Parts: sequence; C-alpha cells; structure tokens
Amino acid sequence: MSPAVHLAATGHGFLSPTGVEIAFLLVGIATFGAAVVTVTTRQLVHAALWLVVALGGLAVEYLLLTAEFIAWVQVLIYVGSVVVLLLFGLMLTRAPIGRSPDADSGNRPAALAVAVAAAGVLVWVVVDAFRTTWIELDKGVQGSTAVSGESLFRHWVLPFEALSVLLLAALVGAIVLSRRHGHDSGRGAGHGKEKR
Amino acid sequence: MHLAYPAVLAVLLFCTGLYGVLARRNAILVLMSVELMLNAVNLNLVAFDVWLRDTLHAGQALTLFTIAIAAAEIGIGLAIVLLVYRNRGTSDVDRLRDLADPPSAGQDPMDDSVAAPTDNAADQARRARRQTA
Repeated sequence: MSPAVHLAATGHGFLSPTGVEIAFLLVGIATFGAAVVTVTTRQLVHAALWLVVALGGLAVEYLLLTAEFIAWVQVLIYVGSVVVLLLFGLMLTRAPIGRSPDADSGNRPAALAVAVAAAGVLVWVVVDAFRTTWIELDKGVQGSTAVSGESLFRHWVLPFEALSVLLLAALVGAIVLSRRHGHDSGRGAGHGKEKR
Repeated sequence: MHLAYPAVLAVLLFCTGLYGVLARRNAILVLMSVELMLNAVNLNLVAFDVWLRDTLHAGQALTLFTIAIAAAEIGIGLAIVLLVYRNRGTSDVDRLRDLADPPSAGQDPMDDSVAAPTDNAADQARRARRQTA
C-alpha cells in the first residue's frame, strides 16, 4: 500500500464529514442558537423555554457521543427539574410577562467584547490543538447504563456518597433559607401551645 | 468524529454563558447563564472521556457529579434570590450594592437607600401585626 492510499484510508478530513458529524453539527447549531436566544431575549419566560431547547440539544449531542446514560440524566435533571425550578423562581419574583426593558444591564457592550474575545481565543486554541484528533465511535458503546453503573459503583463509590451528603446539605440549606422568619414562627408555635 | 466539533461547541456555549452572566440584570437569568456554562463543561468532559476510552470512566462519572452539584447550586441560588426578593422587592443584581464603595460625590441614581427604609418599615409593621394577632 502506498503512503498516499494509507493516508487516505486513515486520515479523516473536515471536508468529507461522516453522518454522525453532520448530525452533530446540525444539532450543535440549533443548540448554540437556542443558547444565544436564551441570553439575549427580553422576555424572561421565553429565556427559560429556550434554555429547554439548548439543554435538550445537548442531550442529543450526548447520545451522538454514545453517552446514553448521561443523556437521559440530562433530560431528567436539567429539562425536568432545573428549568421547572427556574420557572418557579421567575413566577415567585413576579417577572413581567412580555418584554421587560431592563433585562440587560448597562455593561452589555463590555460583556459582548469579553465574550467575543474569549470565544475567539478559545476556538483558536482548541482547533489548533485538536485538529487531527479523531474519536472512534464505532468500537462499542462508551456510556451505556451498565458501563456507567459499574464504574460508578466500583471506582467512584466514595465521591458518590460524598455527593449524597452534599445534596442533603443543599436540601437543609434551601429549607433554612426559604423559611419565613424563623424566630417568629418558633415563638408563634410556643405561643399556640401555651394557649392550648 | 473529530474532537474539534464538541470542543468548539463547548467553547461557544461557555462564551454564551459568559456573556449572559456579564450582561444580564435579573438574577434568575444570571443563574440560567451559569447553567449554560456548566453544560459546556459537561460536554467537554463527555467528549474527552469518549476519546480517551478511560477504563475508570472518569469523565462520565465527573459529568454525573457536575450535574448533581449544578442541581444543588440552582436550588440554593434560587432560595437566595427569593430571599433577596422578599427583603428588597427586587432581584436585579445591579441594585444589590450594599458592599460597594460609597459614591464619592453626589448621590448615585441606582442607590436604593431611599427604598430600603420603607422596606424595613413595612417589614416591621408586618411583624408587629403578626405578633398582635
């Protein structure tokens, strides 16, 4: 086999994308567009709904990268609970329905400059570093539930348990923060007992 | 698949979240942008895990941990935002400037020192009403 044929057989060019790459690119464009709308729209509830599109698109990207367990966890936790929490937060802070003129603060041009500069530098570095790196997606599924569960409960048990402690602490913290006037309610309960 | 595709998408999502954190005024929209940044990191972790074929699956395990920590973060963050809204009547991050340097000359138009006493007065009145009831 001549070197040129060998190169053509093993090298992967950007000009001849595979089907998975085309799908990844299209879903990625949709995800990025939804993310941009999320951070630029003036209607607050629409921002939360576009965030659903962006997070769902990311779940599809995980599926294309053969990490299916992560994809379903993403759908369950982000689309299912985090966005619902954000919508409840918007409701409880009485976010205006319709356009709110003060959704963006005054430092918008500076933020745009910083974001564009960071994106330019990071895209340049990343493309320069990983131009020839190729992910083999055909050699078996990387992130099926069986594989993820086995690695999680064999090698990562201690961080997993620490994470449950963290979630408990977050639960207690959220309850303590959202109680209305802790001292008053305690006194009120004691007062009620005395009355009885 | 080229590794460049997920890496570039992660970079673009991260910078979108960065813009949102810097440019948004409502605290809940800032939290949404933080979620976008965390998701960009998750995409990077998954892509590099699939590329490296790690036997420990460190990337995917770390992604699960990041998702759980993000869920805890959004819960605590929303509780704090609601508490601020209840005490101040606003969730604009521009108006929460108690820790800022005092304006050197003149009165800052964004200063909420006019609004704060009325809030406190209303709060005290509500508390007094509850105690008498």
